[in-house]
Amino acid sequence: MTTAVETDLLTVSDLTVDFAGVPAVRGVDLRLRRGETLGIVGESGSGKSVTSLAILGLLPGTAAVSGSVKLDGRELVGLPNKELSAIRGRKVAMVFQDPLSAFTPVYRIGDQIVEALRIHQDLDRAAARKRAAELLDLVGIPSPDRALDSFPHEFSGGMRQRAMIAMAIANDPDILLADEPTTALDVTIQAQVLDVLRTAQRETGAALVLVSHDLGVIAGMADRVAVMYAGRVVETAGVDELFARPQHPYTLGLIGAVPRLDTSGGPLVPIPGGPPSLAALPPGCPFAARCPLAEDRCRTVEPELLGRPDADGHLAACVRSAELAERAPAPSEVYPVPEVAPAVADTAVREDREPVLRVSGLTKTFPVLKGSVFKRKVGEVYAVDGVELDIRRGETLGLVGESGSGKSTTLFELLHLAKPEAGRIELLGQDTAQLDRASAHRLRSDIQIVFQDPMASLDPRMPISDIIAEPLLAQGAARELIARRVPELLRQVGLEPAHASRYPHQFSGGQRQRISIARALAVSPQLLVLDEPVSALDVSVQAGVLNLLQQLKAELGLAYLFVSHDLSVIRHLSDRVSVMYLGRTVEAGAVDAVFEQPRHPYTRALLSAVPLPDPAAERNRTRILLAGDPPSPTERRTGCPFRARCPVYAALPATRHARCETETPVLTEAAPGQDHTAACHYPEA
Amino acid sequence: MTTVIAESSIPAPAVEDAAPAGRLRLVLGKMLAARGVLVGAVIVLLLFLLAFGGPFLTPWNYVTPDYLAIRQPPSGQHWFGTNGLGQDVFAQTVRGLQKSLIIGLLVALFSTVVASLVGACAGYFGGWTDRALTFLVDLMLVFPSFLIITIISPKLRGAGWIAFVALLAAFNWMITARVVRSMTRSLKEREFVRAAEFMGVRPLRIIVRHILPNVASFLITDATIAVGAAVMSETALSFFGFGVRAPDVSLGTLLAAGTDQAPVFPWLFYFAAALLVLFVLAINLIGDGLRDALDPTSEGARPPRKSRTRRTSRSSK
Repeated sequence: MTTAVETDLLTVSDLTVDFAGVPAVRGVDLRLRRGETLGIVGESGSGKSVTSLAILGLLPGTAAVSGSVKLDGRELVGLPNKELSAIRGRKVAMVFQDPLSAFTPVYRIGDQIVEALRIHQDLDRAAARKRAAELLDLVGIPSPDRALDSFPHEFSGGMRQRAMIAMAIANDPDILLADEPTTALDVTIQAQVLDVLRTAQRETGAALVLVSHDLGVIAGMADRVAVMYAGRVVETAGVDELFARPQHPYTLGLIGAVPRLDTSGGPLVPIPGGPPSLAALPPGCPFAARCPLAEDRCRTVEPELLGRPDADGHLAACVRSAELAERAPAPSEVYPVPEVAPAVADTAVREDREPVLRVSGLTKTFPVLKGSVFKRKVGEVYAVDGVELDIRRGETLGLVGESGSGKSTTLFELLHLAKPEAGRIELLGQDTAQLDRASAHRLRSDIQIVFQDPMASLDPRMPISDIIAEPLLAQGAARELIARRVPELLRQVGLEPAHASRYPHQFSGGQRQRISIARALAVSPQLLVLDEPVSALDVSVQAGVLNLLQQLKAELGLAYLFVSHDLSVIRHLSDRVSVMYLGRTVEAGAVDAVFEQPRHPYTRALLSAVPLPDPAAERNRTRILLAGDPPSPTERRTGCPFRARCPVYAALPATRHARCETETPVLTEAAPGQDHTAACHYPEA
Repeated sequence: MTTVIAESSIPAPAVEDAAPAGRLRLVLGKMLAARGVLVGAVIVLLLFLLAFGGPFLTPWNYVTPDYLAIRQPPSGQHWFGTNGLGQDVFAQTVRGLQKSLIIGLLVALFSTVVASLVGACAGYFGGWTDRALTFLVDLMLVFPSFLIITIISPKLRGAGWIAFVALLAAFNWMITARVVRSMTRSLKEREFVRAAEFMGVRPLRIIVRHILPNVASFLITDATIAVGAAVMSETALSFFGFGVRAPDVSLGTLLAAGTDQAPVFPWLFYFAAALLVLFVLAINLIGDGLRDALDPTSEGARPPRKSRTRRTSRSSK
């Protein structure tokens, strides 16, 4: 420890940030050595972003910052803005979460990078431009000279984030601060960007501070990790040590709450309750209220961040950390894990269960219009172009795909209960093309949806009793039935019936999603469509909602169509999985078969891109990095639409290329009778 | 069951199965709990009492002149004084108040209802409905409303004040409707409206249950302003001899007549003006209360339920 002090590049000690008297960061100590990667993990509101912004002095004027941030021995807190500006970008550079808003939309990418260069270095325009092109090349942007003249909106999300990284490393900074750099991106793009970050770090030798909520990303990138909770660091250690032997119950809970790509089924370990309000923290440990190990002394004094002398920098702010270190329990031994009864799908053979939803050849195109008064069609977007789905009673179908793959369009086509543009939708044996208005209205009670963002999907002006009663009312249910059903539903999703007359904003995120689920269940549907139901939630809360979904499925024999971009969640919850690329189903089958022996190269790439919350396993994986971004869906290609990015196609001898170029692959079974299909000509390659 | 309840504190006992309060009851309860609403309602009630009970309190009639008292200041005999013709200002004011209360309230109510329905329908349905309704709105906006009222009102002479109210309301809703339309268009894209559609809720019901409550803050503010504006536009028309005609009076005609004499004979102006201000103020108080009651996030109207332990920290900002 003492020897490390000399090489500490950045030392943050006792940093506190208040917003109008409400603390956001309450005494954070961090140290960053030259060239190392420090991961900061925490849930929303834990103060991780505020900490990173405070280091650069980028917080708004309403924030009161105290404590000390020393960069190479120089104090940054309280430094005038002018002097900080010389440091920002030069010594410490930032990569923001949302690359779209991090670039000025009216200037060209090149000009913005040139500007960053010329602020800190004495370069003429031509030299700066040349350097900018080199930087774009370094981060893997194709034809960098042309890219310099592009505007930010012409770049895709992944390209923008690369350009952002190029701009950050333009002046060879000592420290890169990356605040959730991949949160807004798809997994395959995330893998590319993380790779670029590694390259950038290698080229510049900079230290990296990576702020993320994703334990998988942290496990793959960080050398050391700091876990934040309620504005403080509660545990810090080397990455292997932290994941193998967590000494704070919160870290342990977080690790248990994440669904894993490499294991399936079983309940997750939820951390009960929600994060505390920083405005009114109780005395003692802020985690005590959620902690299964809490004792009386936890509620009186807040524990210091301490480590044992032999612990090699492993510090934890818990009075029982020594005990945890010694016993090294699994998360499920510490936290209460709910029992989940076996679902219908586990007990009956698939063929014996009747189909709930069957979709074949579903197509949906949107016209591209031009002109303001007289709109004329100038093209078409093939949003959905051949989707096949098959769900039987009591099973969960996971629908996976990146943004733009047509997942949401597929859902909305299903929910409209109208005749599709092409193809066939069959819900509970009824063809939606043949429904009249009355029967379509009746059928609505059999298919219900839970949206991604529970705040947006609940009317803010309605008490939740009315919200939950709405589908019942729409189906013309009697008043007595509604009055009886609402408390029953609330209890079913784990909320208190006494809270029925509260408004949505009085609940936390996880509770709101439970309200959404209760509303969907009100009319006893057979099929529940879940559109990214947990992606807006924190990990510890997400686990509770996933467990609830599993339990409801077992109790009510529901079928789920579970849409998600998160493959770990899909693996955890689904019985079958269907992978979409560019509006088509490219692979489908039983979840274990698809995840263990993926046959389509796209599925393989997707799976290898998902970070595992396990540093040792993460380091030993071989990644298949896909080149580029998904192509535009405005044109219909002949042959396989994936071939431009396909590693299998690239590796094939030229003689076998022709088939991929001319013939569109159809879904074929791996073996006759096996529930595993893929749309690839060379699935074994 | 109990183990899954990760987020709620305690599984509630079955005793609490009384029907939960719906929105109507909650809004009503909140409104009645707000002091402003009560004060406003009491003032409006008193104004109505004064308007309709007032004529019985004084021996004077609003037309008959008292030739012995011309332009007299307030006294025991003429409480609000007399005007240039010797008419009793109190009798005139209460008579005028009758007209203005009814005209102000009804015009604001009608125009807001029409505006919200037309605006919400245009915004929600889109397409041809939108085009047709927007065309109507634009047409009404370019019509010189004053001229039309001038032409139509003689024909409506027999129909009385209700026709006059309808006429005033008919030219008072268009701008509100346009604002409601654009607000509806953005609300329509929100997920909770989509969710309701997928639940099979009928369009008109979505408008009433989801769209209108979410534009209510604007509508209420607009309506309270419309009350005052209606009283004043009635004045303008009355001044030209339409609407309320002499010898009948309204607050508007009294104000119009009293304005230029206000510095010298203040009783001719200030009594009527004070009653109008009081009226608009009371309406504003009620409107504020209603707006707070409909908006669950408004601070003032949150029910004192803080004792109920658990956090809402992440949601309340």
